[in-house]
Amino acid sequence: MKIAVCVSHVPDTAAKIVIGADGKSIDPTGVQYIINPYDEFAIEEALKLKEKLGGETVVITLGGESSKETIRKSLAMGIDNAVLLKDDNFRDSFLVAAALASEIKNQNAELVFFGKQSVDYDNSIVGQMTAEILGYNCVTVVVNLKIEGNKILAEREIEGGKEVVETSLPAVITAQKGLNEPRYASLKGIMTAKKKVIEEKKPAAGSNKLEILAMKKPPAKQPGKIIGTDAGAVPELVKLLKEEAKVI
Amino acid sequence: MANKILVFIEQRNGQIKRSSFEAVHLAAQMASKLSTGVEAIAIGNEIQNLEKTGGYGAVKVTHYKNQQLENYSASAYKDILAKHFIDNNFDILIISNTSLGKDLAPRIAVKIDAGIAMDCTSFSYENGNIIATRPVYAGKALIDVKITSNKKVFSLRPNVFAAGTPTDLQSEIEVKNVENPNLAEKVVDIKKSDSRLDVAEADIIVSGGRGLKGPENFKLVEELASLLGAATGASRAVVDAGWRPHSEQVGQTGKTVSPSLYIALGISGAIQHLAGMRSSKYIVAVNKDKDAPIFQIADYGIVGDVFEIVPALINELKKIKGQK
Ligand SMILES: Cc1cc2nc3c(=O)[nH]c(=O)nc-3n(C[C@H](O)[C@H](O)[C@H](O)COP(=O)(O)OP(=O)(O)OC[C@H]3O[C@@H](n4cnc5c(N)ncnc54)[C@H](O)[C@@H]3O)c2cc1C
Ligand SMILES: Nc1ncnc2c1ncn2[C@@H]1O[C@H](COP(=O)(O)O)[C@@H](O)[C@H]1O
Repeated sequence: MKIAVCVSHVPDTAAKIVIGADGKSIDPTGVQYIINPYDEFAIEEALKLKEKLGGETVVITLGGESSKETIRKSLAMGIDNAVLLKDDNFRDSFLVAAALASEIKNQNAELVFFGKQSVDYDNSIVGQMTAEILGYNCVTVVVNLKIEGNKILAEREIEGGKEVVETSLPAVITAQKGLNEPRYASLKGIMTAKKKVIEEKKPAAGSNKLEILAMKKPPAKQPGKIIGTDAGAVPELVKLLKEEAKVI
Repeated sequence: MANKILVFIEQRNGQIKRSSFEAVHLAAQMASKLSTGVEAIAIGNEIQNLEKTGGYGAVKVTHYKNQQLENYSASAYKDILAKHFIDNNFDILIISNTSLGKDLAPRIAVKIDAGIAMDCTSFSYENGNIIATRPVYAGKALIDVKITSNKKVFSLRPNVFAAGTPTDLQSEIEVKNVENPNLAEKVVDIKKSDSRLDVAEADIIVSGGRGLKGPENFKLVEELASLLGAATGASRAVVDAGWRPHSEQVGQTGKTVSPSLYIALGISGAIQHLAGMRSSKYIVAVNKDKDAPIFQIADYGIVGDVFEIVPALINELKKIKGQK
């Protein structure tokens, strides 16, 4: 089976966010970029399935030249092939999904893994949209996956528990933490990845349906009030919660 | 009428979610800015209190009914919702950013060819344009966005918008029986987690971190939570250590929460933890390190030992309860 994994290249979760000169995006100076953390679960699941069922894995990323770092990391973990849909311009999720869908079709991949969310814009959109454009079934936020023949049984996290979803191939799965333990790249993997060719393509153009007007810092919170340093402060705390905050 | 608004009403076990009332109320406010009206759609089997959506501002609810729709089925729900939206010439869909909303909204956007803004936390209006504000980079920044397509989908972060005080108005209910729903994706079972209340839905959360020293000490967290009717949460450090289940993890790789009250016990306040809870209305921190970053965003802090403060807090709350 051909398995595709869509991976995005995002600022490190610990990065300090500074608004750029355009007032619409971040200033990338000094920001370390990493593979989107949820996409590591997606890669691991693809690798495990390939080990079990055989076949071939391909990583697809839409982004600029620098996203090759993230692609190399995916290859180092063990993904077979890589495609970079090269585009430096802002694309909304719809256009990202359209470009990924067309490449997935091109690759003939029957099963596609995504992360549940990119930690840059925190959207949780692209997996579901890509599935819908392709006409594939889709289960999101998956923490447990079984595939037998054509059948899929996937557990997804919901408020207060998990839903067990039954569906079938072809399908898109978006990965949540807990699905597996992503492996580390081996030294051999890293060496092989260096030599692999990343196929570059130009994704089809299109018009965005979402425009970013401005990016701003959230309003600063008032510095907190330290009520005390021992249990003597507890009655005061309870009083404040009842009378000032009115939350208990 | 242009800008016709449809609100998706989410039900679980036949009960309407509170966040859906928030969505109807927000839609009603949006409608008054755009001089338009609000209708709602609900999908399920028996659904209680549908007429109450009227009190929040929906003139009509269409209830698509079938026993097999009681549990969520993305394939069936998306077909029904998109068809209803298109057939009735709606322009805007409002849906809560719950686990179901997140799953469903992007699929609908494709089916109705709409731009989509997820997880919105406020709105403003300029010359008939809707400007949505949403957090990005785990709440470290906000963006203002405008959807430029005719059809628009907005999902709302739960617990952020007020539901308001409902009026006595009842909405008109139209029931449509659904024949042969598309069950290509179908929920066959629901596994409830052990904790009674999920952090994503709780109004009060009591969270514990590594400062609690071991899993056995979380009984303190649980006791405090139960006194407050709160959900129990956790930092990633204690989830990774196996002390608490992942479903309780708050933060960038856990859940994003915005309760009225968030109590952080023995949690340092790493940036990835703050990402998940910084939009809580009130934050209380107990930590023995006065320089712990959690105090930067806490409204009320006690610099002290959790093993001293938490039992005292439990006693104090019991005392108050006893007085009532
Ligand atoms: C990609 C990525 C994603 C992440 N996602 C998340 C996430 O979703 N959620 C999350 O929480 N973290 C996340 N983290 C981890 C985060 O960086 C921190 O490591 C974690 O939040 C720390 O947990 P903690 O506060 O419980 O532990 P610590 O940082 O060890 O803090 C323990 C605190 O307890 C205090 N303390 C100790 N003893 C006592 C006592 N007796 N009484 C009172 N206070 C005491 C200490 O002063 C200290 O401040 C992520 C990290 C990365 C790299
Ligand atoms: N530019 C991109 N290239 C490849 N995959 C992407 C891209 N953007 C998002 N994805 C995938 O879609 C998932 C959800 O992203 P998002 O909808 O942006 O939160 C991510 O975890 C990735 O798997």
